[in-house]
Amino acid sequence: MSKKHYFDPEDLKKFGNIGEWQKPMADKFFSWYGEVFKEGALTEREKALIALAVAHTVQCPYCIDAYTTDCLAKGSDEEQMMEAVHVAAAIRAGSSLVFSTQMMNHAKDMTM
Amino acid sequence: MASRHSDLADTFFQLKVLNGKEATDARFPAFSEVIKQASFPDGRLRPTRIEIFQVNVGKLCNQSCAHCHVDAGPDRKEENMSRENFERCLDILARYDIPTVDITGGAPELNPHFRWFVAECRKLGKHIMDRCNLTVVVSNKKHHDLPEFFAEHGVEVVSSLPHYSALRTDAQRGDGVFEDSIKAMRMLNAVGYGKEDTGLKFNLVYNPTGTFLPGNQAALEAEFKRQLKRKHDVEFNHLFAITNMPISRFLDYLLETGNYETYMQTLLDAFNPAAVAGVMCRNTISVSWDGYLYDCDFNQMLDLKVAAPNHLRDFDLEALERRDIVLNQHCFGCTAGAGSSCGGQVA
Repeated sequence: MSKKHYFDPEDLKKFGNIGEWQKPMADKFFSWYGEVFKEGALTEREKALIALAVAHTVQCPYCIDAYTTDCLAKGSDEEQMMEAVHVAAAIRAGSSLVFSTQMMNHAKDMTM
Repeated sequence: MASRHSDLADTFFQLKVLNGKEATDARFPAFSEVIKQASFPDGRLRPTRIEIFQVNVGKLCNQSCAHCHVDAGPDRKEENMSRENFERCLDILARYDIPTVDITGGAPELNPHFRWFVAECRKLGKHIMDRCNLTVVVSNKKHHDLPEFFAEHGVEVVSSLPHYSALRTDAQRGDGVFEDSIKAMRMLNAVGYGKEDTGLKFNLVYNPTGTFLPGNQAALEAEFKRQLKRKHDVEFNHLFAITNMPISRFLDYLLETGNYETYMQTLLDAFNPAAVAGVMCRNTISVSWDGYLYDCDFNQMLDLKVAAPNHLRDFDLEALERRDIVLNQHCFGCTAGAGSSCGGQVA
Protein backbone atom coordinates (compact mmCIF):
# COMPACT_ATOMS: atom_id res chain seq x y z
CA MET A 1 0.00 0.00 0.00
CA SER A 2 1.55 3.28 -1.10
CA LYS A 3 -0.53 5.55 1.12
CA LYS A 4 0.29 6.37 4.74
CA HIS A 5 -3.31 6.64 5.85
CA TYR A 6 -6.38 4.44 5.76
CA PHE A 7 -9.04 6.94 4.68
CA ASP A 8 -8.69 9.02 1.50
CA PRO A 9 -11.65 11.28 0.54
CA GLU A 10 -10.91 10.50 -3.13
CA ASP A 11 -11.81 6.84 -2.48
CA LEU A 12 -15.45 7.82 -2.01
CA LYS A 13 -15.60 8.54 -5.76
CA LYS A 14 -14.52 4.93 -6.36
CA PHE A 15 -17.44 3.45 -4.42
CA GLY A 16 -19.15 2.51 -7.70
CA ASN A 17 -16.11 0.43 -8.64
CA ILE A 18 -16.92 -2.30 -6.11
CA GLY A 19 -18.80 -3.96 -8.97
CA GLU A 20 -15.47 -4.72 -10.70
CA TRP A 21 -15.02 -7.81 -8.52
CA GLN A 22 -18.65 -8.81 -7.90
CA LYS A 23 -20.97 -7.11 -10.36
CA PRO A 24 -24.29 -8.91 -9.75
CA MET A 25 -24.16 -8.26 -6.01
CA ALA A 26 -22.98 -4.66 -6.48
CA ASP A 27 -25.77 -4.00 -8.98
CA LYS A 28 -28.34 -5.35 -6.55
CA PHE A 29 -26.87 -3.30 -3.70
CA PHE A 30 -26.83 -0.01 -5.64
CA SER A 31 -30.31 -0.59 -7.01
CA TRP A 32 -31.66 -1.27 -3.51
CA TYR A 33 -29.65 1.63 -2.06
CA GLY A 34 -31.14 4.03 -4.62
CA GLU A 35 -34.63 2.77 -3.85
CA VAL A 36 -34.12 3.18 -0.10
CA PHE A 37 -33.28 6.87 -0.40
CA LYS A 38 -36.17 7.81 -2.70
CA GLU A 39 -39.03 9.78 -1.22
CA GLY A 40 -41.58 7.44 0.36
CA ALA A 41 -43.33 7.61 3.71
CA LEU A 42 -40.28 9.67 4.72
CA THR A 43 -38.94 12.57 2.67
CA GLU A 44 -35.51 12.40 1.06
CA ARG A 45 -34.40 15.11 3.49
CA GLU A 46 -35.50 13.07 6.51
CA LYS A 47 -33.75 9.98 5.14
CA ALA A 48 -30.54 11.98 4.65
CA LEU A 49 -30.70 13.11 8.30
CA ILE A 50 -31.14 9.49 9.44
CA ALA A 51 -28.21 8.47 7.24
CA LEU A 52 -26.08 11.23 8.75
CA ALA A 53 -26.91 10.06 12.27
CA VAL A 54 -26.16 6.42 11.43
CA ALA A 55 -22.92 7.49 9.72
CA HIS A 56 -21.76 8.89 13.05
CA THR A 57 -22.79 5.75 14.88
CA VAL A 58 -20.88 3.49 12.50
CA GLN A 59 -18.12 6.12 12.36
CA CYS A 60 -17.76 6.03 8.58
CA PRO A 61 -15.87 9.14 7.40
CA TYR A 62 -17.01 8.64 3.80
CA CYS A 63 -20.65 8.49 4.88
CA ILE A 64 -20.23 11.55 7.12
CA ASP A 65 -18.86 13.61 4.21
CA ALA A 66 -21.45 12.30 1.77
CA TYR A 67 -24.45 12.83 4.01
CA THR A 68 -23.30 16.20 5.32
CA THR A 69 -23.34 17.38 1.70
CA ASP A 70 -26.62 15.60 1.04
CA CYS A 71 -28.32 17.06 4.12
CA LEU A 72 -27.28 20.59 3.14
CA ALA A 73 -28.35 20.08 -0.48
CA LYS A 74 -31.74 18.79 0.63
CA GLY A 75 -32.31 21.86 2.78
CA SER A 76 -31.31 20.88 6.32
CA ASP A 77 -29.31 23.33 8.39
CA GLU A 78 -26.53 22.87 10.93
CA GLU A 79 -28.92 22.91 13.89
CA GLN A 80 -30.99 20.04 12.48
CA MET A 81 -27.89 18.06 11.51
CA MET A 82 -26.39 18.41 14.97
CA GLU A 83 -29.70 17.36 16.56
CA ALA A 84 -29.66 14.25 14.37
CA VAL A 85 -26.13 13.42 15.57
CA HIS A 86 -27.25 13.94 19.16
CA VAL A 87 -30.04 11.42 18.60
CA ALA A 88 -27.45 8.90 17.39
CA ALA A 89 -25.15 9.75 20.31
CA ALA A 90 -27.98 9.49 22.82
CA ILE A 91 -28.91 6.01 21.60
CA ARG A 92 -25.26 5.01 21.64
CA ALA A 93 -24.81 6.34 25.20
CA GLY A 94 -28.15 4.95 26.33
CA SER A 95 -27.33 1.54 24.96
CA SER A 96 -24.30 1.45 27.26
CA LEU A 97 -26.10 2.93 30.23
CA VAL A 98 -29.04 0.54 29.96
CA PHE A 99 -26.60 -2.32 30.57
CA SER A 100 -25.92 -0.79 33.97
CA THR A 101 -29.20 -2.39 35.04
CA GLN A 102 -27.42 -5.72 34.63
CA MET A 103 -24.52 -4.40 36.68
CA MET A 104 -26.93 -3.16 39.33
CA ASN A 105 -28.83 -6.48 39.40
CA HIS A 106 -25.64 -8.42 39.74
CA ALA A 107 -24.20 -6.10 42.37
CA LYS A 108 -27.41 -6.25 44.39
CA ASP A 109 -27.41 -10.04 44.23
CA MET A 110 -23.94 -10.27 45.72
CA THR A 111 -23.97 -7.50 48.29
CA MET A 112 -25.75 -7.05 51.60
CA MET B 1 -15.00 43.21 -4.86
CA ALA B 2 -15.02 46.62 -6.57
CA SER B 3 -14.91 48.39 -3.22
CA ARG B 4 -11.85 46.44 -2.09
CA HIS B 5 -10.17 46.70 -5.51
CA SER B 6 -10.03 42.92 -5.99
CA ASP B 7 -8.56 41.65 -9.29
CA LEU B 8 -11.82 39.77 -9.78
CA ALA B 9 -13.75 43.04 -10.06
CA ASP B 10 -12.27 43.02 -13.57
CA THR B 11 -14.43 40.65 -15.65
CA PHE B 12 -11.45 39.91 -17.89
CA PHE B 13 -9.70 38.32 -14.90
CA GLN B 14 -12.79 36.25 -14.06
CA LEU B 15 -12.90 34.91 -17.61
CA LYS B 16 -9.21 34.04 -17.44
CA VAL B 17 -9.85 31.99 -14.29
CA LEU B 18 -12.86 30.24 -15.85
CA ASN B 19 -10.82 29.36 -18.91
CA GLY B 20 -7.93 27.94 -16.90
CA LYS B 21 -5.46 30.69 -17.54
CA GLU B 22 -5.15 32.33 -14.15
CA ALA B 23 -5.14 31.55 -10.42
CA THR B 24 -5.66 27.85 -10.99
CA ASP B 25 -4.18 25.14 -13.17
CA ALA B 26 -7.53 23.52 -13.64
CA ARG B 27 -8.72 23.16 -17.21
CA PHE B 28 -12.10 21.77 -17.94
CA PRO B 29 -13.64 20.79 -21.28
CA ALA B 30 -15.22 23.74 -23.07
CA PHE B 31 -18.97 24.15 -22.53
CA SER B 32 -19.48 24.49 -26.30
CA GLU B 33 -17.81 21.07 -26.76
CA VAL B 34 -19.83 19.39 -24.02
CA ILE B 35 -23.22 20.55 -25.38
CA LYS B 36 -22.49 18.75 -28.64
CA GLN B 37 -23.70 15.60 -26.87
CA ALA B 38 -26.96 17.37 -25.95
CA SER B 39 -28.65 17.78 -29.36
CA PHE B 40 -26.56 20.82 -30.21
CA PRO B 41 -24.04 19.11 -32.53
CA ASP B 42 -22.43 22.33 -33.78
CA GLY B 43 -21.75 23.49 -30.20
CA ARG B 44 -23.90 26.57 -30.73
CA LEU B 45 -26.95 27.66 -28.80
CA ARG B 46 -29.61 29.88 -30.36
CA PRO B 47 -32.69 31.58 -28.95
CA THR B 48 -36.17 30.15 -29.27
CA ARG B 49 -38.23 33.35 -28.97
CA ILE B 50 -37.64 36.36 -26.73
CA GLU B 51 -40.40 36.25 -24.13
CA ILE B 52 -38.66 37.89 -21.16
CA PHE B 53 -37.17 41.37 -21.17
CA GLN B 54 -34.98 41.40 -18.10
CA VAL B 55 -33.86 44.83 -16.97
CA ASN B 56 -31.04 45.13 -14.47
CA VAL B 57 -31.71 48.65 -13.24
CA GLY B 58 -28.48 49.00 -11.29
CA LYS B 59 -26.04 47.76 -8.72
CA LEU B 60 -27.27 49.82 -5.78
CA CYS B 61 -28.51 47.57 -2.97
CA ASN B 62 -29.13 47.87 0.77
CA GLN B 63 -27.43 44.48 1.24
CA SER B 64 -23.97 43.07 0.37
CA CYS B 65 -24.53 39.32 0.00
CA ALA B 66 -21.54 37.00 0.03
CA HIS B 67 -22.53 35.20 -3.18
CA CYS B 68 -23.88 38.19 -5.19
CA HIS B 69 -23.08 37.82 -8.89
CA VAL B 70 -23.77 41.52 -9.42
CA ASP B 71 -21.26 42.64 -6.75
CA ALA B 72 -24.06 44.94 -5.62
CA GLY B 73 -24.09 46.96 -2.42
CA PRO B 74 -24.84 50.28 -0.75
CA ASP B 75 -21.65 51.80 -2.21
CA ARG B 76 -22.68 51.18 -5.87
CA LYS B 77 -24.47 54.50 -6.32
CA GLU B 78 -23.21 55.44 -9.77
CA GLU B 79 -24.23 52.40 -11.82
CA ASN B 80 -27.99 52.92 -11.99
CA MET B 81 -30.29 53.15 -14.99
CA SER B 82 -31.14 56.64 -16.24
CA ARG B 83 -34.60 57.85 -17.20
CA GLU B 84 -33.40 57.96 -20.83
CA ASN B 85 -32.56 54.23 -20.85
CA PHE B 86 -35.84 53.37 -19.09
CA GLU B 87 -37.66 55.28 -21.84
CA ARG B 88 -35.74 53.30 -24.47
CA CYS B 89 -36.89 50.10 -22.73
CA LEU B 90 -40.50 51.28 -22.82
CA ASP B 91 -40.26 52.14 -26.54
CA ILE B 92 -39.06 48.61 -27.26
CA LEU B 93 -41.70 47.03 -25.03
CA ALA B 94 -44.40 49.06 -26.80
CA ARG B 95 -43.09 48.03 -30.23
CA TYR B 96 -42.67 44.31 -29.68
CA ASP B 97 -44.79 41.49 -28.31
CA ILE B 98 -42.50 40.58 -25.42
CA PRO B 99 -44.94 39.55 -22.68
CA THR B 100 -42.80 39.67 -19.51
CA VAL B 101 -40.66 42.38 -17.94
CA ASP B 102 -38.33 40.99 -15.26
CA ILE B 103 -36.86 43.79 -13.13
CA THR B 104 -33.70 43.05 -11.17
CA GLY B 105 -30.71 44.77 -9.61
CA GLY B 106 -29.22 45.46 -6.95
CA ALA B 107 -32.38 46.37 -5.15
CA PRO B 108 -34.47 47.67 -8.08
CA GLU B 109 -36.76 49.64 -5.78
CA LEU B 110 -33.87 51.96 -4.88
CA ASN B 111 -33.71 53.30 -8.43
CA PRO B 112 -35.61 56.64 -8.38
CA HIS B 113 -37.45 55.74 -11.61
CA PHE B 114 -38.59 52.30 -10.44
CA ARG B 115 -42.22 53.02 -9.59
CA TRP B 116 -42.77 55.09 -12.72
CA PHE B 117 -41.26 52.34 -14.88
CA VAL B 118 -43.47 49.65 -13.29
CA ALA B 119 -46.58 51.78 -13.84
CA GLU B 120 -45.66 52.37 -17.50
CA CYS B 121 -45.02 48.65 -18.08
CA ARG B 122 -48.41 47.93 -16.56
CA LYS B 123 -50.05 50.39 -18.95
CA LEU B 124 -48.49 48.39 -21.79
CA GLY B 125 -50.16 45.27 -20.40
CA LYS B 126 -46.92 43.51 -19.55
CA HIS B 127 -46.51 40.85 -16.90
CA ILE B 128 -44.08 42.39 -14.42
CA MET B 129 -41.70 40.49 -12.15
CA ASP B 130 -39.74 42.33 -9.48
CA ARG B 131 -36.73 40.62 -7.92
CA CYS B 132 -37.16 42.13 -4.47
CA ASN B 133 -34.63 41.33 -1.76
CA LEU B 134 -37.39 41.70 0.92
CA THR B 135 -35.31 43.72 3.39
CA VAL B 136 -35.62 46.84 1.22
CA VAL B 137 -39.31 46.93 2.21
CA VAL B 138 -38.42 47.48 5.88
CA SER B 139 -35.18 49.40 5.28
CA ASN B 140 -36.81 52.83 5.19
CA LYS B 141 -40.26 54.21 5.93
CA LYS B 142 -40.63 55.39 2.35
CA HIS B 143 -40.52 51.75 1.15
CA HIS B 144 -43.08 50.42 3.64
CA ASP B 145 -45.89 50.78 1.10
CA LEU B 146 -44.13 48.67 -1.54
CA PRO B 147 -46.42 45.65 -0.93
CA GLU B 148 -49.48 47.83 -1.68
CA PHE B 149 -47.71 49.30 -4.73
CA PHE B 150 -46.87 45.82 -6.03
CA ALA B 151 -50.44 44.64 -5.47
CA GLU B 152 -51.92 47.67 -7.20
CA HIS B 153 -49.84 46.98 -10.31
CA GLY B 154 -50.19 43.19 -10.22
CA VAL B 155 -46.44 42.71 -9.89
CA GLU B 156 -45.15 39.16 -9.34
CA VAL B 157 -42.70 39.42 -6.45
CA VAL B 158 -39.67 37.11 -6.57
CA SER B 159 -37.45 37.17 -3.50
CA SER B 160 -34.25 35.49 -2.46
CA LEU B 161 -34.37 33.55 0.76
CA PRO B 162 -31.54 31.03 0.83
CA HIS B 163 -32.91 29.21 3.84
CA TYR B 164 -35.83 28.95 6.24
CA SER B 165 -33.39 29.32 9.14
CA ALA B 166 -31.77 32.56 10.30
CA LEU B 167 -28.43 30.80 10.65
CA ARG B 168 -28.07 29.85 6.95
CA THR B 169 -29.73 32.99 5.58
CA ASP B 170 -27.66 35.45 7.62
CA ALA B 171 -24.45 33.56 6.80
CA GLN B 172 -24.99 34.42 3.14
CA ARG B 173 -26.92 37.69 3.22
CA GLY B 174 -25.72 39.40 6.39
CA ASP B 175 -26.67 39.64 10.06
CA GLY B 176 -30.32 40.41 10.68
CA VAL B 177 -31.40 39.80 7.08
CA PHE B 178 -33.55 36.79 7.98
CA GLU B 179 -35.52 38.66 10.64
CA ASP B 180 -36.12 41.63 8.32
CA SER B 181 -37.07 39.26 5.48
CA ILE B 182 -39.72 37.63 7.68
CA LYS B 183 -41.09 41.08 8.58
CA ALA B 184 -41.33 41.94 4.86
CA MET B 185 -42.96 38.59 4.08
CA ARG B 186 -45.62 39.32 6.70
CA MET B 187 -46.27 42.71 5.05
CA LEU B 188 -46.58 41.04 1.64
CA ASN B 189 -48.88 38.34 3.05
CA ALA B 190 -51.01 41.04 4.69
CA VAL B 191 -51.97 42.49 1.28
CA GLY B 192 -52.60 39.03 -0.18
CA TYR B 193 -49.21 38.00 -1.62
CA GLY B 194 -48.54 34.29 -1.32
CA LYS B 195 -52.15 33.55 -0.42
CA GLU B 196 -54.37 31.20 -2.38
CA ASP B 197 -56.89 32.76 -4.78
CA THR B 198 -55.65 36.37 -4.56
CA GLY B 199 -53.76 36.14 -7.85
CA LEU B 200 -50.84 37.95 -6.17
CA LYS B 201 -47.81 35.78 -6.83
CA PHE B 202 -45.02 35.72 -4.28
CA ASN B 203 -42.20 33.32 -5.11
CA LEU B 204 -38.98 32.60 -3.28
CA VAL B 205 -35.56 31.91 -4.75
CA TYR B 206 -33.37 29.37 -3.01
CA ASN B 207 -29.70 29.06 -3.75
CA PRO B 208 -27.29 26.85 -1.82
CA THR B 209 -25.35 28.60 0.93
CA GLY B 210 -22.14 26.83 -0.01
CA THR B 211 -20.39 24.70 -2.61
CA PHE B 212 -23.14 22.16 -3.12
CA LEU B 213 -25.88 21.90 -5.72
CA PRO B 214 -29.53 22.52 -4.90
CA GLY B 215 -31.61 19.50 -4.00
CA ASN B 216 -34.96 18.65 -5.54
CA GLN B 217 -36.93 21.87 -6.06
CA ALA B 218 -40.35 20.43 -5.18
CA ALA B 219 -39.01 18.85 -1.97
CA LEU B 220 -37.27 22.09 -0.97
CA GLU B 221 -40.45 24.06 -1.66
CA ALA B 222 -42.48 21.72 0.54
CA GLU B 223 -39.98 21.98 3.39
CA PHE B 224 -39.70 25.78 3.12
CA LYS B 225 -43.50 26.07 3.19
CA ARG B 226 -43.81 23.80 6.21
CA GLN B 227 -41.02 25.43 8.21
CA LEU B 228 -41.90 29.06 7.40
CA LYS B 229 -45.55 28.49 8.25
CA ARG B 230 -44.77 26.53 11.42
CA LYS B 231 -42.12 28.86 12.83
CA HIS B 232 -43.07 32.26 11.41
CA ASP B 233 -46.62 31.97 10.05
CA VAL B 234 -45.64 33.30 6.61
CA GLU B 235 -46.60 31.94 3.18
CA PHE B 236 -45.42 32.01 -0.40
CA ASN B 237 -46.47 30.40 -3.71
CA HIS B 238 -43.48 28.68 -5.28
CA LEU B 239 -39.80 28.20 -4.65
CA PHE B 240 -37.25 28.45 -7.48
CA ALA B 241 -34.02 26.53 -6.84
CA ILE B 242 -31.01 28.19 -8.46
CA THR B 243 -27.42 26.95 -8.71
CA ASN B 244 -24.62 29.31 -7.68
CA MET B 245 -22.71 30.51 -10.73
CA PRO B 246 -18.92 30.41 -10.51
CA ILE B 247 -18.60 34.14 -11.17
CA SER B 248 -18.15 37.38 -9.25
CA ARG B 249 -18.31 37.13 -5.43
CA PHE B 250 -19.03 33.39 -5.47
CA LEU B 251 -16.00 32.83 -7.70
CA ASP B 252 -13.98 34.94 -5.26
CA TYR B 253 -15.25 32.74 -2.40
CA LEU B 254 -14.40 29.54 -4.32
CA LEU B 255 -10.86 30.73 -4.99
CA GLU B 256 -10.33 32.05 -1.45
CA THR B 257 -11.44 28.75 0.11
CA GLY B 258 -9.66 26.47 -2.37
CA ASN B 259 -12.98 25.08 -3.59
CA TYR B 260 -12.90 26.32 -7.19
CA GLU B 261 -11.72 23.12 -8.88
CA THR B 262 -13.96 20.87 -6.81
CA TYR B 263 -16.99 23.06 -7.52
CA MET B 264 -16.33 23.20 -11.27
CA GLN B 265 -15.87 19.43 -11.29
CA THR B 266 -19.18 19.09 -9.40
CA LEU B 267 -20.91 21.17 -12.10
CA LEU B 268 -19.31 19.10 -14.86
CA ASP B 269 -20.11 15.77 -13.21
CA ALA B 270 -23.73 16.88 -12.88
CA PHE B 271 -24.00 18.11 -16.51
CA ASN B 272 -27.48 17.24 -17.68
CA PRO B 273 -27.96 17.22 -21.47
CA ALA B 274 -31.72 17.54 -20.94
CA ALA B 275 -31.23 20.88 -19.18
CA VAL B 276 -29.54 22.60 -22.14
CA ALA B 277 -32.69 23.14 -24.21
CA GLY B 278 -34.43 24.96 -21.35
CA VAL B 279 -31.76 27.44 -20.30
CA MET B 280 -33.09 30.95 -19.82
CA CYS B 281 -30.81 32.68 -22.36
CA ARG B 282 -32.93 31.06 -25.09
CA ASN B 283 -36.04 33.13 -24.26
CA THR B 284 -34.59 36.12 -22.39
CA ILE B 285 -32.76 39.29 -23.27
CA SER B 286 -30.90 40.99 -20.43
CA VAL B 287 -30.44 44.78 -20.34
CA SER B 288 -27.82 46.50 -18.20
CA TRP B 289 -28.21 49.79 -16.36
CA ASP B 290 -26.25 51.56 -19.12
CA GLY B 291 -28.43 50.10 -21.89
CA TYR B 292 -26.29 47.25 -23.24
CA LEU B 293 -27.81 43.90 -24.20
CA TYR B 294 -26.72 40.49 -22.97
CA ASP B 295 -27.86 36.88 -23.26
CA CYS B 296 -28.45 36.66 -19.49
CA ASP B 297 -27.70 38.46 -16.24
CA PHE B 298 -24.57 36.32 -15.74
CA ASN B 299 -23.13 37.21 -19.15
CA GLN B 300 -23.95 40.80 -18.25
CA MET B 301 -21.82 40.58 -15.12
CA LEU B 302 -18.97 39.11 -17.20
CA ASP B 303 -19.48 41.88 -19.79
CA LEU B 304 -20.12 39.35 -22.57
CA LYS B 305 -22.43 41.36 -24.80
CA VAL B 306 -24.82 39.78 -27.33
CA ALA B 307 -23.50 38.82 -30.75
CA ALA B 308 -25.91 41.26 -32.44
CA PRO B 309 -26.51 45.03 -32.24
CA ASN B 310 -25.87 45.35 -28.54
CA HIS B 311 -27.45 48.54 -27.20
CA LEU B 312 -31.04 49.57 -26.53
CA ARG B 313 -30.74 52.36 -29.11
CA ASP B 314 -29.99 49.74 -31.82
CA PHE B 315 -32.51 47.12 -30.64
CA ASP B 316 -33.26 44.68 -33.46
CA LEU B 317 -35.51 41.81 -32.36
CA GLU B 318 -35.04 39.81 -35.56
CA ALA B 319 -31.25 39.99 -35.31
CA LEU B 320 -31.41 39.07 -31.64
CA GLU B 321 -33.56 36.03 -32.34
CA ARG B 322 -31.07 34.86 -34.99
CA ARG B 323 -27.95 35.38 -32.86
CA ASP B 324 -25.61 32.77 -31.41
CA ILE B 325 -25.72 32.91 -27.62
CA VAL B 326 -22.33 33.74 -26.09
CA LEU B 327 -21.16 30.69 -24.15
CA ASN B 328 -18.42 30.28 -21.58
CA GLN B 329 -17.46 27.98 -18.73
CA HIS B 330 -19.87 29.51 -16.19
CA CYS B 331 -22.70 28.12 -18.38
CA PHE B 332 -22.11 24.75 -16.67
CA GLY B 333 -23.91 26.34 -13.71
CA CYS B 334 -27.18 26.42 -15.68
CA THR B 335 -26.95 22.82 -16.93
CA ALA B 336 -26.01 20.99 -13.72
CA GLY B 337 -28.50 18.58 -12.18
CA ALA B 338 -32.05 19.65 -12.90
CA GLY B 339 -30.72 22.81 -14.53
CA SER B 340 -31.01 26.36 -13.27
CA SER B 341 -32.53 29.63 -14.40
CA CYS B 342 -34.05 32.78 -12.92
CA GLY B 343 -37.25 30.70 -12.78
CA GLY B 344 -35.61 27.74 -11.06
CA GLN B 345 -35.12 24.21 -12.40
CA VAL B 346 -35.46 23.72 -16.14
CA ALA B 347 -35.34 19.92 -16.60
